[in-house]
Amino acid sequence: MRRSLLASAALAMMASAAHADMKVGVLMGFTGPIESLVPNIVAAAELAMKEATESGAFLGGKKVIPVRGDSTCVDAAAAQAAAERLITSDRVAAIMGADCSGVSIAVANNVAVPNGVVMVSPTATSPAITTLNDRGYFFRTCPSDARQGEVLAMVVTARGIKEIAVTYTNNDYGKGLADSFSNAFEAAGGKVALSAAHEDGKADYAAEVGALAATGVEHLAVFGYVDKGGKGIIQASLDAGAFDRFILADGMVGESLIQAIGEALDGSVATAPGSDSPNAKKFIAAAEKAGIKGDSPFAGEGYDAAALIILAAQAAGSTDRAAIQSKILEVSNAPGERIGPAELGKALELLAAGKAINYQGATDVELNGVGDSSSPYKEYEVREGKFTVVRIH
Amino acid sequence: MPVDLVNALVLLANFVVVPAIAYGSQIALGALGVTLVYGILRFANFSHGDLMAFGTMVVILATWQLQSRGVSLGLLPTALLALPAGAAATIIVSLAADRTVFRFYRLKRSAPMVMSIASVGVMFVLNGVVRIIIGPDDRSFSDGARYLINAREFRSLTGLEEGLSVRVSQALTVAVAVVAVSALFWFLQRTRAGKAMRAYSDNEDLALLSGVEPDRVVRMTWIIAASLAATAGTLYGLDKSFQPFTYLQLLLPMFAAAIVGGIGQPLGAIAGGFLVAFSEIALTYPYRKFLRYLLPEELHPDGLAQLLSTDYKLSVSFVILVVVLLWRPTGLFRGRIA
Repeated sequence: MRRSLLASAALAMMASAAHADMKVGVLMGFTGPIESLVPNIVAAAELAMKEATESGAFLGGKKVIPVRGDSTCVDAAAAQAAAERLITSDRVAAIMGADCSGVSIAVANNVAVPNGVVMVSPTATSPAITTLNDRGYFFRTCPSDARQGEVLAMVVTARGIKEIAVTYTNNDYGKGLADSFSNAFEAAGGKVALSAAHEDGKADYAAEVGALAATGVEHLAVFGYVDKGGKGIIQASLDAGAFDRFILADGMVGESLIQAIGEALDGSVATAPGSDSPNAKKFIAAAEKAGIKGDSPFAGEGYDAAALIILAAQAAGSTDRAAIQSKILEVSNAPGERIGPAELGKALELLAAGKAINYQGATDVELNGVGDSSSPYKEYEVREGKFTVVRIH
Repeated sequence: MPVDLVNALVLLANFVVVPAIAYGSQIALGALGVTLVYGILRFANFSHGDLMAFGTMVVILATWQLQSRGVSLGLLPTALLALPAGAAATIIVSLAADRTVFRFYRLKRSAPMVMSIASVGVMFVLNGVVRIIIGPDDRSFSDGARYLINAREFRSLTGLEEGLSVRVSQALTVAVAVVAVSALFWFLQRTRAGKAMRAYSDNEDLALLSGVEPDRVVRMTWIIAASLAATAGTLYGLDKSFQPFTYLQLLLPMFAAAIVGGIGQPLGAIAGGFLVAFSEIALTYPYRKFLRYLLPEELHPDGLAQLLSTDYKLSVSFVILVVVLLWRPTGLFRGRIA
């Protein structure tokens, strides 16, 4: 009895493996501190999968099926359990995710890399990921904060700001960004009067602001989360009259900040990944047709992350995990025909015909040797209570 | 007075004195509730912080209702109108907790420690209820004017370099605390029920023999403690922000305040509240700028001149607690409810 059960199970597995569709894990924080950002990113990623499936050109007509898992953004144990489930039980070919830097590192180190499964994160921006010992299995379509720090330092220096106080959320993201900004700013001749961490989720940030204000500088850089401590710091600064000009990073660019603070933010500057290239515009239009907000943060990165996995599988001619890993850099970089967003069908056909492609996608993806993207940043200034794009870096 | 001295004092007022007075009033109101329950019912009530969260939650829900109907108090926050509803709900919950949990142990004359542990259970239940009803996130419910004086206005008004800002919520906290404390002392000193409560606290058996009705005293105690909890919680939420778990963190400063003042002593709770608040803020404030105004150039500090990093703010009350228990375990004011 047991033997026949085993045999039929094995048969069923072989049968499903024979004309199996490709499952792709979508490991994102459906709950947690960025739960409001995630739905758009996931929708964009699943849009790319749908596009590949509907083209009929993916590995001779196979489907790409998303399987969702909750990374929670902050709970490494929960994220690892979800990844474990995707890899061993759902048997995904690769994972689109995870989202926040801390859980992404944990999942890569403990689950994905040991199992030989590719991860492509759209949002994990910590510089620490660049030096992650990932055996080439971790990629990201968002740029590293090592670059955002440099861009921010350039923006700040260009505005004639010589001295600045920095406060960051006490985690991989905040610390990494604060370090890279401070280094770049000091290399450009600026002075960081104080760089202090803040904890998220406090009721009151008056003491933290008091310490930052005691430096006597006029500008405060806030590298935190818009719905958490970052907002509290800005509110407390304005309340005490300590600072009224802020330098913000991507975690702080959100409408909820404007709603909470209002016009007192005018004159503050911010950076976030993004561009206004033709490809970006094309993606926004394509996303809108599918009912997705394409210009919301990291939506383009989400689309590109999923697209890279699909194209790598096509280039390898199989949904084998190691084969996908070997092709990611090849499809994302030159040489080859440039592929924009909503052109996955064309790209799949080119690859099937044995031609090389250079995937550009929604964010002009270009991956370097360690799997980091070097896509551009938008510089925003708050004018009349609105984040207005003033320049692209 | 030289301008530098005025600047230094304004700076200190803005970052230390004004915030500490508001925070101290909030702690004092909370500690009063803790101390009353300890003095009369004879146990440390760990559920007091979550009682505050519960009261504030009801106030928030009622405030949203009022706001959606277009009711407002103009410059004052609408939450003041909703406060009676919050207090009433908190009274009902605490009386229910007493009837279902604490009465059982009281009738058995259980040790105070047993009742305190039972109150931890009540704390967890209340904590869960609040999270289920309103969720764990940050909720904002303040409206009306934000500032009494804002730093920028103060600067242009006085021509000083330093600004002083006083928020409406801070002024309101102090005003409400003064009213609530005066009413409480009047009640305890002048009314028959208040005298009965003091008698019961002094000597339970003697009070019973003299015809004091114990159930009535217990009920009055919970009604007062719950009203204070709802008021303190709402003022804290208005002044800072409402998140259910921050009220759990308030438990430590509140107990420190109650014990420093001499537990069971209403006056002590108020003094303790201000002592804890001023220590927390004054010890973690960096005096760099302050000293720069006062000292001659060559003595200017390079560092922040900060005694403790702001990360250690919560531990200040813990240290105060330990020091008081070691050197003056009875607290600043001795004895039972005066």
